[in-house]
Parts: sequence; C-alpha cells; structure tokens
Amino acid sequence: MTYDERLQHVSVLGAAGKMGSGILLLTALEMADLSLKPENKDKSFVLNAIDVSPAGLSGLMKYLRDQVRKAAEKKTVLLRQLYADRDDLIENYDIIDEYIFDVLNIVRPVTGIEAAYQSNLIFEAVSENKDLKVKLLSAIDKNNPNKPWFFTNTSSVPINLVEKEAGIEGRILGFHFYNPPAIQRLVELILTNNTTQEVVDFAHQYAKNLRKVVVLSNDIAGFIGNGHFMRDALHGIKEAEELAAENEFSLYKAIYMVNKVTQDYLVRPMGIFQLIDYVGIDVVKFILNVMNPFVGDENLHSDLLDKLMLQGVMGGQLSNGAQKDGFFKYKSGLITAVWDIHKQEYVGLEEFKEDCDEMLGELPENKVAWKDIMRAQDKEAKLTAFFNDLKNLDALGAAIAIDYGLRSKEIGLKLVKDEVAHTYNDVNTVMLTGFYHAYGPINDFFD
Amino acid sequence: MKKLRKKIYMTAGYNTTSLGTGRKEFNPKKPRPGLEHYIKEAGKGVLDQIGGPEHVDESVIGNFMAARFNKQANLPGFIPYIDEGLQWKPATSVEGACGSGGLALMNGIKTVLAETADVVLALGVEVQNTVKAVYGADILAGAGWYQRRKEGHAYFFPGQFSDRAGAYYEKYGYDRARKGMARWYANAIENARLDQNAQEFQNLVKDPYTQAYSLKPNGRSFVDHLTILDCSKVSDGASAIAICSEEGLEKMGVDKKDAVEVVGWAQVIRNITNDPAELTVLETIKKASHQALESAGITVDQLGTLEVHDCFSIAGILVIEALGLAKPGEGCDFVAAGKTSHNGELPTNTTGGLIGWGHPTGATGVHQAVTIWQQLTGKAGKAQIELKADKPYGMTINMGGDDVTVIAIVYKRGE
Repeated sequence: MTYDERLQHVSVLGAAGKMGSGILLLTALEMADLSLKPENKDKSFVLNAIDVSPAGLSGLMKYLRDQVRKAAEKKTVLLRQLYADRDDLIENYDIIDEYIFDVLNIVRPVTGIEAAYQSNLIFEAVSENKDLKVKLLSAIDKNNPNKPWFFTNTSSVPINLVEKEAGIEGRILGFHFYNPPAIQRLVELILTNNTTQEVVDFAHQYAKNLRKVVVLSNDIAGFIGNGHFMRDALHGIKEAEELAAENEFSLYKAIYMVNKVTQDYLVRPMGIFQLIDYVGIDVVKFILNVMNPFVGDENLHSDLLDKLMLQGVMGGQLSNGAQKDGFFKYKSGLITAVWDIHKQEYVGLEEFKEDCDEMLGELPENKVAWKDIMRAQDKEAKLTAFFNDLKNLDALGAAIAIDYGLRSKEIGLKLVKDEVAHTYNDVNTVMLTGFYHAYGPINDFFD
Repeated sequence: MKKLRKKIYMTAGYNTTSLGTGRKEFNPKKPRPGLEHYIKEAGKGVLDQIGGPEHVDESVIGNFMAARFNKQANLPGFIPYIDEGLQWKPATSVEGACGSGGLALMNGIKTVLAETADVVLALGVEVQNTVKAVYGADILAGAGWYQRRKEGHAYFFPGQFSDRAGAYYEKYGYDRARKGMARWYANAIENARLDQNAQEFQNLVKDPYTQAYSLKPNGRSFVDHLTILDCSKVSDGASAIAICSEEGLEKMGVDKKDAVEVVGWAQVIRNITNDPAELTVLETIKKASHQALESAGITVDQLGTLEVHDCFSIAGILVIEALGLAKPGEGCDFVAAGKTSHNGELPTNTTGGLIGWGHPTGATGVHQAVTIWQQLTGKAGKAQIELKADKPYGMTINMGGDDVTVIAIVYKRGE
C-alpha cells in the first residue's frame, strides 16, 4: 500500500477533543492535497471524525471551516496552481472557497466507531485511559479486514501495553502531537518493541508532509515532553511550598514568586504555574497519575494539585482558546490574582505584588525578555551574560532561578540516563520546539 | 495640448492619516472608520481653509473599488455628507483604478476651464482594510483586464510588477537593481518619518536600506522578484484639494502665494487588453510625463520635486527612466546614488510616496497634488525641502493599472 493509498481511508478517534480536532485538521489538509494531485483525481478520500459528542462534532466542523480557510489563505499561491485547470475558479476567493469545500468534503463526522472498520489508518486521541484505548483499538481491529495501523496520541500511557492488550503487534506507534497540533511543530515518535519499519517509514513521511519536527522517544510513561514538564512542575510546587514555609507567609505569594522567577529569570515563555494552568490542573494531575506507576524511584504526585481539584480550581482553556482560571485568575490572558487555597478565594496581585517583587530583588541590568531572545541573533551570548550576572547576584530571585535551572538540567540528564530520550539533543529539541523554551534544559548556564 | 484659456490653481490641500499596517492605532480585529468618515474628514479639511462650502461650485470624487471593498457605490451622494452646504450642487465620481485620484484632478481642472465652475472640490478616497490582503488582491486585480486574471498570480499586481522587475534584473543585472530598489525603500521610510499622517511615520527600523537589501524575493510565499518591502501599503485614507480659477481664489480669499498654478498636464491611456510592449519600460508614463513637460514649456532639469507612482519600488525606478532622468537600466544607479532622496538633487516622494506614506488607491493622485502644493507653498512642515530658483516646478505622475491610465501634472507656486 502506497503512502497515498494508506491515506485514502482514515479515522480519528476523539476527533472533537482539543488534540483530536487538530489532528483531524492536519490530516484533512494532507488528504485533500493528495486528492488534488492529478493522478488521484478519480480516487475517493475519506476521513472519519469519530467522537461520542454530537455537539463536539458540530463545533469541530465549524473549527475546521475556519481553520481550513486560514490555511488556504496562506497557500493561495499553491492553490492557484492546483486549480489551474478549473476555468470556473478565477479569483483567490473562488479558489479558497472551493478548497474549503474539498477539504470538508473528505470529513465524515460520526458518533459510531463502526466507521473505522474500513480505515487503513486510525489516529487515537481519546482520553488518557489505557483500558479505554485498548477496548476501542481491539474492537476496531477485530472488525477491520485491512489490518489497519494505529497512531496513538497518548502522552503518558505506555504503548507496548496497549499494543499487547489490544493484540495489534507491530501496527501501532506513538505519534504524539503538541498542543495545539495545528501550530506546534514538535511530534514525539514512540515505537514499541515490535513496530514494523513500514509503519515507521510512513510516520516519518507523514510528519514531513505536515512539516513537523520529529523526536524519537522511548516508550516510557510521559516520554520526553511530559517526562520533563511534570518533574519541572513538581519542582516548582516544591519550591513554592518551601518558600512559603521558610518565610512564614501564605502559599499564594510563593506561587506568584516562583512563577515570576520561572518566567522572567529563566527567560521562559510563561511561568511554571501559568503553564500548569494552560495545560489544565486536571490534565497535569491525570498525567502524573498515569506516569507514577511506571517510575520506580520517584513519587510523581502533588497534594496541592489534589486540593485544588477538590476546590474546583482546574485551569485549562475554554473552547474559544481563552484561559480558564486556575492557580491564577486571568483577564485578557494576563494574570490579575492568585488563588489562596486556605481562604479559597483569589487575592488580587495589587495587594502583595510589590512586597514579593522586593523580596525577589532586582533582575540584572542586562535582563533579556523571552520574546526578544527568541529573535536575537546572538542568543547564546546574551543568555550566557545574563545568567552569569544572575549567578553573581545576591538576591532571592536569582538563587531560586539558579537552583531551578540546575534542577531542570538534572531532569533532562535523567531522561537520557533512564533511556526515555536517546540523546541530550533530543531532550533539548523537545523543550525548544514543544515548549518554546529559548534554550534547552541541558546546558552549562547554571553550573 | 491646446494653450489654456485661463490659469488654473490648486490650494487648501488636506490629507487624512493613511491607516493600515505600520500605524500603531491600526488593529485589523477592531472596527475602524468607514468610507464616509474619510470623505468627510478630507472634505472638511479643505472647506475649513477656503471659508466654507458656499465657495464650492462643484465636487468630484475619485475612487477605485468602493463597490467591492465597502459594498458602496453612488459616491457623489457622500459629498453633501461632508457639509450640508454642498447639497443640491453638482458632484461626480470618476474611476481609473489607482489613477482615480488623478482623474478627479483632471475632471476638476477641465470643469474650471470649461467655466462652469470657479472652485471644484476634488477628493480621492479608498478604504481597503475591509478584507484580508489575499482577497484585496482579487479586488485590486480589477485594475487589469479580467480576462487575464485566471492566468495571473494570486497577488495579481505584485505579480505583474514582479515580471517587470525580473525582466529588469535579467537585462541590467540583479544586484544593481536590488541596490536601487533598497534605496528607494529607505527613502520612502525616511521621508514618511517626516509626515505624521504617513503610514510608516512610526517606523523605527534603524537601517531600512540594509533591511530591504538583505531581504530576498521568495516566489514560494509571495512573488518571484519582489519582497513585501518593494510593495506599497494597503491603506485607508482620503485626500482633497480645491481646484480653482483666479476668480475662485479671490472668492475664497486665498493669496496666490498659498496656491500652486497648474502649468501643464497630460492624460494618456494605454489599451488595457494589450500586454506591455516592453517590460522594462513604462511607455504610457513616458508619453504622459514628456507631454506634460512639453505643455508646461519646461525641461525635466527644471523640476524641483517629484511625486511619482511607486506602487512598487521597481515602478519608481522605471518612472525615473521614463522621465529621462537616467538612461534605460541606469535608473537604479540614479536612485542608489541618493539623487532622489530628501536632500538629493531631485527630492522625490518627499513624504514617503506609496510605499512610505501609503496607497489608499483612489486617493493617491490627489495626495500627490497635496504634497506638491505643500512643498511649493512652504507648508510641508518637517518634510519641507528647499527649492532652488532655477528649479521651481513640481510634478505628479499618477498611474492606474499596469501603465494603463496615466495622469501627469506640472505645478509651480502661484504668483
């Protein structure tokens, strides 16, 4: 079966979810582009968008329409070539409209899993529940005569287990997109002990066509991305708890401070607590729970996250992409208050920010903003100078930052030692492309 | 051209801001002023300088594609919206793509010459940021022959001038051409910084020349031979000016020194269904500019300042050659040597032109006249150039389509 043939009949499970909808969009665009190749004009392409939620599927179709238009507007030059033989399509507007129809025309939104019984390729993006995944995949495999391939988007469930329990040896791999799949360029590719070369080759071709950066990760719960992020987040929580205890002030102040240090001092796109909010406190807790049984020497768990969940503080995003309140309260994407777990209410920044900033102390004069450093030509030199000054600074903020940077490196090194990642470079690539860090965690800045 | 029966003047020019990318107040996601706002602001800007609407006998409005950008036609009906005092008087709208503003000027000049009016309010307007650039390209493609649209580039007009640039590189050398084009861009930005209404007024790039020179054309994302810095802006804006007879000036109480006299002009049209005979030559502009100089009875050496239609940097260079300021293939060197810059021998597009000031398509022809009026009467503020006694003339060259509808006008200060 050729690449094009493999993509003639595809299903996405959990297509209305956050990851599923992105995977569906990218796959629909790729399939539509294949269908427009002259040699494929007489072939049919079908992409089943399978989800249990009819409302979700309805929202998905609207999302698709908007996103396909955006994608089409960006590649109008190419589309004019693809539709060159269509005399009825003259203006960009005509061509973009036709392309939107051609993409949507491939997609079949359905709530029943039976649609997948004809597919050659199944993307799995349902919730992070091994038993559910096994149940769905084995049901499809039993009823599908094509011996389909399964690409799972799991970020934490060991794929070898799914493979074994579902009885799909050799035909499954982890194809882990980052959120949102349409924008994030990173894909973690996770092979089982059995995944056949044919499946791997296809995955690489598919990733290349989607212009994704592939990092190979081993099948150890959490893989590289969450393997680092979860431990980094737990370190942030620990730092905040210790800071509050040592100084005998409320935890919310420490949360604000550690968040500020991880953003401004470590030159990251957002602070660690804001990142937890972005991913969702519930999602982070869930991933920790899935990972924990597979990491022998550590306890990946946080009482604080459990408490927040009980208090109904979840973070995550609304369907329109707006940030929901979590550790922080947000207005137009900016932090305005911090959750006090004792009083169970948000405390406005204005009430304590100044005191906390004073405790952290001034940043060095040559401080660099994440946004600027990402575009800077001499990134390395600027960061080296900044972190060197930070090391020489006798201030609380600088001390937390150095400690944090070292811990982040330690986590990275351990991922290689534990054979989750093949190389230091892979760890850094994941953090650079998947988390938009300005520098990889494995570095010499903080030594 | 026949000798003019009477003297024609222009005065009381006014430009709105050219709004679009580059301006800090521009946010494509937020509601913005509409067509009527710009018409009113520019119109009132003139009326305030001439003692009110009672002095206006007739109005003319130049616009290219309000019918598609704004779903609005029948623009003469907006003239009384400027001021009730203009109601029940004649008004006309004219269209010649990006030459619409120039046509509005010509219409006003001819009305005064025909002695049916002593004062004509000439206005140009375009509000283009209503659609994304990729759809705006469809609309602007209307300046070419629709029969050619299908084979054209997604960005139709950049595509047309990319072909011209490509032919120029081929014939005269890529690097020399790119140096001239980069200098053209740098002049546009540096001059725009002198006019607070310019779209690039707030541009802070330290070295626009290097910025433009180091950016390479990429046909995969845009067109083969131009970068986005070679292109004029997508703009919302309006400009207006009063066109009048001597009697009109008296009636308005405007001193001749505060007006420019129109001493020559040409209006030349090329068949839109033909491809240009030679890609490296703007033939219509060549004919129009020479006719205009001839009708004014002057030579190109007597021009003290120029406003030319640089919808693309390559167009600016080709206009320099069409005017005879440089030999074919040497316009790029002429520009690269700084001869068209603000303190060069022939300051050109002194408030940024279409690339720096902005290009509200239907307004551009009028905007050019307003700039020349400001420069020749000493009202150009920070952008003011020093005119030498032996070079007292100014000239505007306004073009619609790919060298199709061209209006060239020669001016000098009233005396």
